Amino acid sequence: MTTIFGVPAMALFGQLLIGLINGSFYALLSLGLAVIFGMLNIINFAHGALYMLGAVTAYLLLNYLGIGYWPSLIIAPVVVGCIGIVIERAFLQWLYKLDHLYGLLLTFGLALIIEGVSRHYLGTAGLPYSLPQSLAGGHNLGFMFLPNYRAWVIVASLIVCLGTWFMIERTRLGAYLRAATENPQLVRAFGINVPRMITLTYGFGVALAAFGGVMAAPIYNVSPNMGSELIIVVFAVVVIGGMGSILGAIITGFGLGVIEGLTKVFFPEASNTVIFVIMAIVLLVRPTGLFGRRG
Amino acid sequence: MKRTFILAAFAALLACGTAQAQQLDVKVGVLTDMASLYADDTGQGAVAAANLAAQDFMKSHPKVKVEIVSADHQNKPDVGTGIAKQWIDVDHVDMITGVPTSSVALAVMQVVKEKNKALIDSGAGSSDITGSKCNANTVHWTYDTWMLANGTGKAIVKNGGDTWFFITADYAFGHALERDTSAVVEKNGGKVLGKVRAPINTSDFSSFLLQAQASKAKIIGLANAGGDTINAIKQGAEFGIVAGGQKFAGLLIFAPDIKALGLKAAQGLMFTETFYWDMNDGTRAWTKRWDKERNAPGKLPSMNHAGVYAGTLAYLEAAVAVGSTKDGKAVVDKMKTMTFKDPLFGTTTVRVDGRGIHPAYLFEVKKPEESKGPGDLYKLRATIPAEEAFRPLKDGGCPLVNG
Repeated sequence: MTTIFGVPAMALFGQLLIGLINGSFYALLSLGLAVIFGMLNIINFAHGALYMLGAVTAYLLLNYLGIGYWPSLIIAPVVVGCIGIVIERAFLQWLYKLDHLYGLLLTFGLALIIEGVSRHYLGTAGLPYSLPQSLAGGHNLGFMFLPNYRAWVIVASLIVCLGTWFMIERTRLGAYLRAATENPQLVRAFGINVPRMITLTYGFGVALAAFGGVMAAPIYNVSPNMGSELIIVVFAVVVIGGMGSILGAIITGFGLGVIEGLTKVFFPEASNTVIFVIMAIVLLVRPTGLFGRRG
Repeated sequence: MKRTFILAAFAALLACGTAQAQQLDVKVGVLTDMASLYADDTGQGAVAAANLAAQDFMKSHPKVKVEIVSADHQNKPDVGTGIAKQWIDVDHVDMITGVPTSSVALAVMQVVKEKNKALIDSGAGSSDITGSKCNANTVHWTYDTWMLANGTGKAIVKNGGDTWFFITADYAFGHALERDTSAVVEKNGGKVLGKVRAPINTSDFSSFLLQAQASKAKIIGLANAGGDTINAIKQGAEFGIVAGGQKFAGLLIFAPDIKALGLKAAQGLMFTETFYWDMNDGTRAWTKRWDKERNAPGKLPSMNHAGVYAGTLAYLEAAVAVGSTKDGKAVVDKMKTMTFKDPLFGTTTVRVDGRGIHPAYLFEVKKPEESKGPGDLYKLRATIPAEEAFRPLKDGGCPLVNG
């Protein structure tokens, strides 16, 4: 059997694929963060909590209303997105003119409240959520057993990420949005309702987080802590990619997933720190991140 | 002669009477994980259990006043020792209980020794607490990694699971559990094919599961706990671990974890515990009271909660017998001479190394169709008698044993 650094090549392919799957989650979440930061200039620390709310909403829909995975994939992001809109209208809209720090502190506080309340009602051990029947099972690829659900995670994440990128960078709506962040006064002069657009953008970013949450529910432990465990890594991804860069968030998300996956083979003990090591190096070499704009 | 005897008996009675009549204030601190991965297995449930113990004891000993305080150690040794020091120095806490997470427990042990108070641990796993790192101020009540390894490991090897691969939580507890289980597996003729150390609080285990799958070991031993165990088993089902002929051995599993997994994912798991809420009328009645005190519907008590209750009661009994809580070592020494009875563990004695000795039980998780309700999770496979459940005294390497 061919081996690479003492690890069978076949096993390595498996780990690469796994890394790509984890990267899908990083990409989905960092995408939402990048959209929110790029368009609103808000560092959304509540992102992890909202991701968790997405998963919890899916659980509640299933257990109290009998609504399964597929409808939840739409309903939960809409519900959580609406919560996001309320947050934006009630709190965030007053902060745009202030320093970044205020938005960060506010969203951090919100995250603590959301997680604390969920912990009170749901406990921390977690909530059971099973795989949708239609995606149960998997295929033997020769070098690894690929569960169907994981394949679906990659596909769905790619579609959502590229769709979002396309919408913001290549459509008229996206052009308005980008223009509104550059110069809101001017865009308003053209008769575009900028505040509403900003509100909807935040709602959309939050919905992306909730979408990630529903995707995670069948495979990760659904618990109030699931977001806070992930959010730090996702922030590192965004920083490495370059704050506010959509494409940067997507590419680094997938890329770091792969690097982390490989670390789990060669030096598993370091797998939860490798991303931060990379972050430190990137910040030293390119302070604006890999894809960040200078200035 | 006869008169002297009667006089002596009278004097003894009088002495007992004064001891009984003495007013005693005891402050107990529940130091636990309130919000992270072990919070449902310990946390508020442990505080509720300590409250019940205080209520019960004050009812039978009206002269004793027991106060319960609690705090969150966040699974961090520095936070835990900080709280313990403040509790003892400033708040006059006499005994600390709970303290899950071995790294924290090992650190707090040093604090209670230095300040001569007592630690009745129910939640930490490492068998080093009553082994090489034992001290005279600490009692380890509920379980330890040797007991888990011995109960679960032996049963699985005897059922044909003779090749193992470990997925281990990378800290004191995981290492101890892996070491103790490997020893049991090898002693019973099994073989350990490999291991991987995963950081605590890992959300994605797929990479480790693939390594376990590639090892072709019959048994994948999960030397982790709480959220980590849940994630590993949940994702293992997805990767077809069980369908592919390999089996999980959850080395430390609590009832709340099984609830979080759901019976469909957890069925057939075998593991060892020292308490299950549905064992007998006594445990069921206590669980009802605990549920009321806990006031969060749908929760189940874990063996850690049971241990906080029973351990606190035992400490209080010893404290009353000594007549003071000033000297923590004296109370713990007294505990080692007494025999305790409670509805949760039956009869418990405390060994010279601080190990609480009581029976342990090998459980198997029911299939979904066998379960009669949301809390009906386990069936009893075997009872391990108290004298076999824990590591023999001479093997622990505790300096107190020969000293």
